[in-house]
Amino acid sequence: MKDENQVTHEGVDPERRAFMGVAAGVTAAMVAPGVILHAVAAVPRSEPVTSDVRWGLLIETSKCVDGCSACVDACDQENGLDLQAKHAQESLENWEHQKAVWIRKVKLQDNQTGRVTNLPLMCQHCEHPPCVDVCPTGASFKRADGIVMVDRHTCIGCRYCMMACPYKARSFIHQESHGQLTSVPRGKGCVESCNLCVHRRDHGQESTACVDACAEAGHEAILFGDLKDPASPIRKRLEDIPNRQIREDLALNTGVRYAGV
Amino acid sequence: MAKAVLRASLVATGLVWALLAQTVPAGDVKRYVVEGSRAAGLESCVEPTERMRREHMEFIKHQRIATVHEGIRGTKHRLSGCVECHISYDAERVPRPIDRRDQFCGACHAFAAVDLNCFDCHAAVPNVSGPAPEVGEAHPTAVVAPSVESRRELGGH
Repeated sequence: MKDENQVTHEGVDPERRAFMGVAAGVTAAMVAPGVILHAVAAVPRSEPVTSDVRWGLLIETSKCVDGCSACVDACDQENGLDLQAKHAQESLENWEHQKAVWIRKVKLQDNQTGRVTNLPLMCQHCEHPPCVDVCPTGASFKRADGIVMVDRHTCIGCRYCMMACPYKARSFIHQESHGQLTSVPRGKGCVESCNLCVHRRDHGQESTACVDACAEAGHEAILFGDLKDPASPIRKRLEDIPNRQIREDLALNTGVRYAGV
Repeated sequence: MAKAVLRASLVATGLVWALLAQTVPAGDVKRYVVEGSRAAGLESCVEPTERMRREHMEFIKHQRIATVHEGIRGTKHRLSGCVECHISYDAERVPRPIDRRDQFCGACHAFAAVDLNCFDCHAAVPNVSGPAPEVGEAHPTAVVAPSVESRRELGGH
């Protein structure tokens, strides 16, 4: 039996082969820089964010240490919250109550057993955020990649979202700001909260300030990652250990999950 | 004949004045461009100068929506780009806030009597903490950062 392929192989046109070679070379030359660019990454984002990813945190409360404020301090430093200063006439109590905080360290005690649990509480980046529902101007919004944030250009400072948030995650800026960071614009009269270090996301950096600080302090209680990627470390850890949402009865499907509460 | 000469000379004087009027503001503006910055080596800003004068607010308004809602950064119409190129420095290399009445943005806004609110929230000097997010450009940002940081540590309100 004769192989039919044999027939086609015999009549190879050298010119056609040369053309194909050149075409392949040109295609490779045009595509390769794009591929390499994506592999190296770390350039500012030029395409709109998509819902292919959903950013989230997993907090293992058993690893969170009493008295440690590494995550809070790192957050303050990263987002310029440490530039806030108390007015001379303002009482310390009032200042503690009103200054902007994006992460709060919370200490829980079970009075029955005496067991103490520490955890950082920040914006929970809900899938169905109540703050977005109530915002009268559309300033409070959820980005395609799941980050809940405030568009300060349209925020009128009504603070309805602060009332609506079950986690007390949002702060209002009461005083004029000076010396802001280029990556985190913030000013008087707007509401703000944790945005999962959105400037880091858009510049292709891997984690958030709080996650880095917690790891640096040797606790590694916070894990950041893509909740939609089955291969991401956060998804694997979520599968491995028991975890839950805070106030899961509200069915908000939070992006921040807690283990050990 | 004398009338014609007079008219011609008047027209010529007028033309010269018109030209001078054009060049004086241009010279003023040039003063605010940072030496060695990207702007210093360019004929005009990210758009032709005339368009920038009339439409810069439109450009940054579109940019802000793309950046805040879609996460698009590092484009040519970004506000931080204005600051990077047009900031000026005093003798100690400390940047002067760009919205001050004698600086690039502030001077023109004061002249035109238009409120300038951008810098109530946005940084009026290049102010980068940690690893510089704006990579790949030979700007004096990196040089400035330490002085700004130190001012910050002093608790400059």
